[in-house]
Amino acid sequence: MSFNLLPIAPEIFLLTMACIILLVDAYLSDESRDLSYQLVQGTLLGTTSLLWLTFPTQKTFILSSLVVIDPMGALLKLFIVATVFVVFVYSRNYLKARNFFKGEYFVLGLLATLGMMTMVSAHNLLIIYLGLELLSLSLYAMVAMHRDSSQATEAAMKYFILGAIASGMLLYGMSILYGVTGSLDLSVIAQKTAQLDGNKTFFAFGLVFLMVGLAFKFGAVPFHMWVPDVYQGAPTSVTMFISTAPKLAAFAMLMRLLIEGLPAMQAEWQQMLVILSVLSMAVGNIIAIVQSNIKRMLAYSTISHVGFLLLGVLTATQTGYAAAMFYTIVYALMGLGGFGMIVLLSRAGFEAENVVDFKGLNERSPWYAFIMLILMLSMAGVPPMLGFWAKLSVLMEAVHTGYLWLALVGVILSVIGAYYYLRIIWMMYFEKPLDNEPIVTTPDMQVALSANGLIILGLGMFPQALMMACVGSIG
Amino acid sequence: MTIEKLIFYFFATVLVFAAVRVITARNPVHAALFLVLAFFSAAATWLLLQAEFLAIVLVLVYVGAVMVLFLFVVMMLDINIAKLREGFIRYLSVGILVGLLILVEMVLVVRTMTAPVLTAAPVSAVPNIEAIGQVLYSIYIYPFELAAVILLVAMVAAIALTMRSPRQHKYINPSLQVNVRRADRIRLVNLPAEPKD
Repeated sequence: MSFNLLPIAPEIFLLTMACIILLVDAYLSDESRDLSYQLVQGTLLGTTSLLWLTFPTQKTFILSSLVVIDPMGALLKLFIVATVFVVFVYSRNYLKARNFFKGEYFVLGLLATLGMMTMVSAHNLLIIYLGLELLSLSLYAMVAMHRDSSQATEAAMKYFILGAIASGMLLYGMSILYGVTGSLDLSVIAQKTAQLDGNKTFFAFGLVFLMVGLAFKFGAVPFHMWVPDVYQGAPTSVTMFISTAPKLAAFAMLMRLLIEGLPAMQAEWQQMLVILSVLSMAVGNIIAIVQSNIKRMLAYSTISHVGFLLLGVLTATQTGYAAAMFYTIVYALMGLGGFGMIVLLSRAGFEAENVVDFKGLNERSPWYAFIMLILMLSMAGVPPMLGFWAKLSVLMEAVHTGYLWLALVGVILSVIGAYYYLRIIWMMYFEKPLDNEPIVTTPDMQVALSANGLIILGLGMFPQALMMACVGSIG
Repeated sequence: MTIEKLIFYFFATVLVFAAVRVITARNPVHAALFLVLAFFSAAATWLLLQAEFLAIVLVLVYVGAVMVLFLFVVMMLDINIAKLREGFIRYLSVGILVGLLILVEMVLVVRTMTAPVLTAAPVSAVPNIEAIGQVLYSIYIYPFELAAVILLVAMVAAIALTMRSPRQHKYINPSLQVNVRRADRIRLVNLPAEPKD
């Protein structure tokens, strides 16, 4: 029996380095802890280059077809690793100021990344589940890591219990699918579902449970209850982690389970996605208006973005999937910037958690006010920002496939949602600052955050490249 | 009814009873013991399926190791059961409602099903352990390694969440104590004599 391990070389490299860093970190004193951080970032860069070198041109199945290597997976993995890299750049000072700049934090982040990469290229229910658990368990621990904060502990507890229930639901759905098809392999499941036309009750039964698990991991309404509490309670660096990279992995999981595993159940899952999508857009955008805590507001904003993303998937066309993928990547970029700004304004002993903390940012720092302006306009979907193209491509696809009413609901709700983004812009430019402390940052954070904002503006001017990459990888 | 069916229903009944008692028993030690009973009955039903390896592993790992640890923890921690049970009645009605709703839905679905229930895979000529051994490190090496990484995460997380930083430890360094000198402890201060008035 021969193994072709080359396609999963990035994963193997990541795991090996995580173990090495764990050992190295044990011998470091607190003063030289920066070495662990540099090793972690080096590992992520190495993984990126390996991903780049092994970028596949076509779909191949390896390791007894437990793993699928395709352009979509590779592209998502690239973005996941890049996102985690930026998250760590933003988190560094935040963690130092709060006394939990520890090697374990970064190692858990690396292992969570490994879990996401596993989920992305899984072609078997078992692998999907293992990847998901690897991701979730690392995240639970990262949320709880700030032990002095009772809020973080509470958030970790909520996340853990609800996450365990969702995993249970997902497993129940998977076991039903296995019971009916006798296989965990997604291709075999797809084949068996296609043969059994007319008698789909059992599959639908399993599908419902799968969908509950998926919706929970995405944070789609009505399985969104954990999102605001966890986003608010967790340390901002962890919130940034949870809200960006795992969404890319969750998108891949959705694609693998529904489009590769259950294409014959399209009519059923389309209906379910319609409900999830409309509710998420509505609840996310409307409840975000009344939030005074900005982390909570961004949590509801995430929920509404998830609604738009699902809108792309439910069209069940290649272009729709590409639009949804585009949306997910754009969302990750915007989420990074948004939480990055909160980290920027926070300092030791002060969390810029409230919307009012952004008051008068223009007086304190015109440049960061401008970056935040780009981010907020992009999230609201104002042209020429990147977020506009993401919303446009998803809505266009919905119109093309005959979901005109859904597109209309989406447009109306995003207009309602624009209010709370514009409110922040108003506060930044037209109100007096509440605190006049100078903003302390490090050069790497300044560069990364500025680049983040400018990329959203720049790609907004020229969105073709990213869009084409998404279309090319899906087709 | 064959004897196998009889045995199955016996153990299945015991399993369901034990599982219900796990969540209704007042005493946490009793609950843990009922969980042991549930594991045993599950192991017995697995034996009926000729999955002897799984059955033995369940008893060895769960009953032998996990539950013993669990009992230790339950006995050592001072858990206030009355406080834990607070709100049980309050939420009971909602719980029952949701549970019933799901149950009714599931029954409706399962009733209409002419399900293609798969018969169990034919028992292979090789024993269970051999069959698992043949695939565990060949076909399933990838998930096997992933499971190992998950255990690593559990370990790292457990240490990171419970380990206190050195300054919070109360231990003392003996060599520092032995090497201590008078000058480290006592400071002689020359006080000028003051006139007595």
